[in-house]
Amino acid sequence: MTGPPQGPVPPEGAPGPLSGLRVIELASEWTAYAGKLLADLGAEVMLVEPPEGAPMRSYGPFYGDRPDGESSLWWWHYQTSKVGVTLDLDDEQDASLFRRLVEDADLVLEGESPGRLAAIELDHSDCRQLDSRLIWVSVTPFGRDNPRSSEPTTDLTLLAGAGPVWSCGYDDHSLPPVRGGGNQAIHSGGLHAVTATLAAVLRQRATGRGQHVDVSVHAALNVTTEEATFRWLVAGQTVQRQTGRHASPQPTMPTMAPDALGRFVNTGAPPRSPAEFSAVLEWFDDLGLRDEFPETFLLELGVERGGIDLADLADDAEVQAIYGAGREALIRIASRLDGYDYFVDGQRRGLATSVIYAPEELLSDPHFVARDFPTEVYDELLGKSVTHAGAPIAFGASPWRISRRAPRLGEHNAQILDALRGDDSESGHD
Amino acid sequence: MAWIGASPPHGGDAKQRGREEEPGARALAGIRICDLSGQLAGAGATRLLAALGAQVIRIEDPVRQGRWDLLRGLEPFVDERRGIDFGAGFNNHNVEKLGVTLNLRSPRGRELFAALVEISDAVTENFAAGVLARLGFSYDELKAVRSDIVYVSNSGFGYRGPYREFKSWGPIVQAVCGLTFSSGLAGREPAGWGYSYMDHQGANFMAVAILAALIHRERTGEGQWVDMSCTDAGATLCGPALLDYTANGRALRREGMPDSNRSQSPQMAPHNVYPARGNDAWLAIACRDESDWRAFVDVVGEFWTRRACFGDLAGRLARQDELDALVAGYTRRFDKFELAARLRDAGLPASAVQTPAERIEDDPGTQAFCLWPTVRHTKMGRVRVDGLPFHLSETDWQIERGAPCLGEHNDYVFGELLGLGRDEIIELRESGVL
Repeated sequence: MTGPPQGPVPPEGAPGPLSGLRVIELASEWTAYAGKLLADLGAEVMLVEPPEGAPMRSYGPFYGDRPDGESSLWWWHYQTSKVGVTLDLDDEQDASLFRRLVEDADLVLEGESPGRLAAIELDHSDCRQLDSRLIWVSVTPFGRDNPRSSEPTTDLTLLAGAGPVWSCGYDDHSLPPVRGGGNQAIHSGGLHAVTATLAAVLRQRATGRGQHVDVSVHAALNVTTEEATFRWLVAGQTVQRQTGRHASPQPTMPTMAPDALGRFVNTGAPPRSPAEFSAVLEWFDDLGLRDEFPETFLLELGVERGGIDLADLADDAEVQAIYGAGREALIRIASRLDGYDYFVDGQRRGLATSVIYAPEELLSDPHFVARDFPTEVYDELLGKSVTHAGAPIAFGASPWRISRRAPRLGEHNAQILDALRGDDSESGHD
Repeated sequence: MAWIGASPPHGGDAKQRGREEEPGARALAGIRICDLSGQLAGAGATRLLAALGAQVIRIEDPVRQGRWDLLRGLEPFVDERRGIDFGAGFNNHNVEKLGVTLNLRSPRGRELFAALVEISDAVTENFAAGVLARLGFSYDELKAVRSDIVYVSNSGFGYRGPYREFKSWGPIVQAVCGLTFSSGLAGREPAGWGYSYMDHQGANFMAVAILAALIHRERTGEGQWVDMSCTDAGATLCGPALLDYTANGRALRREGMPDSNRSQSPQMAPHNVYPARGNDAWLAIACRDESDWRAFVDVVGEFWTRRACFGDLAGRLARQDELDALVAGYTRRFDKFELAARLRDAGLPASAVQTPAERIEDDPGTQAFCLWPTVRHTKMGRVRVDGLPFHLSETDWQIERGAPCLGEHNDYVFGELLGLGRDEIIELRESGVL
């Protein structure tokens, strides 16, 4: 039998799927990721910062640990493929330039504190009145019009209030529950913002009409917690956090275990089908473990009875015993191997095993290398390339692409704003 | 002129898709998705599109009674009834979709599938790589049926690379992509994620993939195969940590890291999850800057807050263990909601760690957002589900219909859409094609 067909390799140099879409982004923590996705997918995203620079420029870590406004690695990551200008929206002339920019745009993406834009007459109602085609996307902690809209927040307090923290942590509940790392509030709000935005774009292309899209990060996190939510909604069950595995109303068996080097692996899904039970038994044989594992007979029973059905797990003691033995067997095997070998050897045997990588470790993994995931982005001022995270999605005809490094402060002012000012003086505006 | 790399403006004509503007129409009205996806990583994507008005036709295997999607028959349940039409997780992830059965191993089943592809804008699936091709529907074969079809596949490792036949589910994706490692307390094993975070985010990326490909088709007339490796998508969510390694050579696997309740970037202290009064009660506090710290000092008012060594960020960072112990000694005397509200009133970010009940039933942040709609499921009755975390002012989402029971819409889809007669549908059902 031949393997699956090879996945699409996007043609080099072809425009991205959002090519031609013109976006004005008012720089903020909440919009940065959505703007990056749109820009890396080919939209022309113009980032508007205040003259002193966006706060994110001060977020470390910094390149070379130099905390200047151009070395923030957050900035480098979240602002790829965008061009950047500076405008002081509180200044009347700059505000009028902003309106001119918006006139030429398909959509505005902003995460300003609710009330801020209305106060300077630059809100969606002001701008959409002039252009019914305009799409205006607001990404804010609680949405634009919520009783909680004006509360101060951070990634931590949002994840704590919206569900993720309740579900993450350790079996030992004297330890605090844990915030998952990596700015996931920004990502959850940003991804949903892009989905809503693209739906609004399709609508606009079909009908010529824009609209206001109001995204709540708190709501996004609330609907990104899987069974913690639907167990409560339908059955009044409350999940409890457990070490490295699904929070659950009832305790479940550990899934993480140390490998031979003491690094933890996720042992993966225990065997269920007869083939999977056989695979574990063979692996035992290859490692000389069959006789030293007390519950080998349960794995053999798993083969004999034609596998187990997870739907029987709650009520059938024999199924529970067999499932548990499968888990124990994987933990035993993991303890004898390097985590990477456990992952790959198990998978080649048809088992859903895995390794736990620190982010930096995946960059040299054969999968990520073969898929060209590490992406070089050239910076002419540094005189070298920096390796970024690559494509989240492989498009066959219209590739994801980082088209340029993050903009330096006011980098495109001359090119964009001066041209606009020139137009103004020629046509006698202002 | 103002734009760099200016491209021709695209039209905003209503004629392009032949859609008519109807009052109450949703954003994706007129788009049809032929959907083979399941679990959360796939079903969660087409759920978003269905709520936004796309007609999503979910195709399931009559022989296995749709059990490829484990959630069909898995707990939780709304009452004592059990079976493939009663899994509440399945209901949650498949609202607003139509459901049909079709045996793709039978020649007639494949013909009918091709007929559905012909009238669809996109085909979506999250089988293991190669499953759909083995059934005779690789991208090339789908394209032969409809030249501008958008085909979106989503699997743990995608269709390219040495792991393309590897098995995966949410926790495996999270472990390999760096997210599991990124979550934990200093000096301990990873805490990971207490749910399949990457099933949600994989679904969200998949929704973006489908919509972006449809926008590309709108502009160029060209369909394409879009392939997702959920693990790659997850790795992109570790962006700054990856850059810290590639640009600075600083690995996240180092002494004392990760320590994800604290904030290394931007640096803040105090910044942690602290105990509150009561059983397993906690609250999160973040002092973003000196102004937040002064507000914190005013609220707390205890002697230790005025110690000179805590007077600036560098001092608080240097003595963070000591500071956190002092903060915890204070916070554990108070109710989590009451103290968090007091701190917020003083201007600094603070929040109770909310239980599901608290954030769903009592939180205006979700209630006033109308985040928990009630659907009518044909067998389960009225059930509450996840809503969408945004609102569109003109064409908002709508979630009213529960997930389809197995084959619930066979008559509509094969009869009305494909024009099969009633007797033929009965015969197909009896012969195991439907």
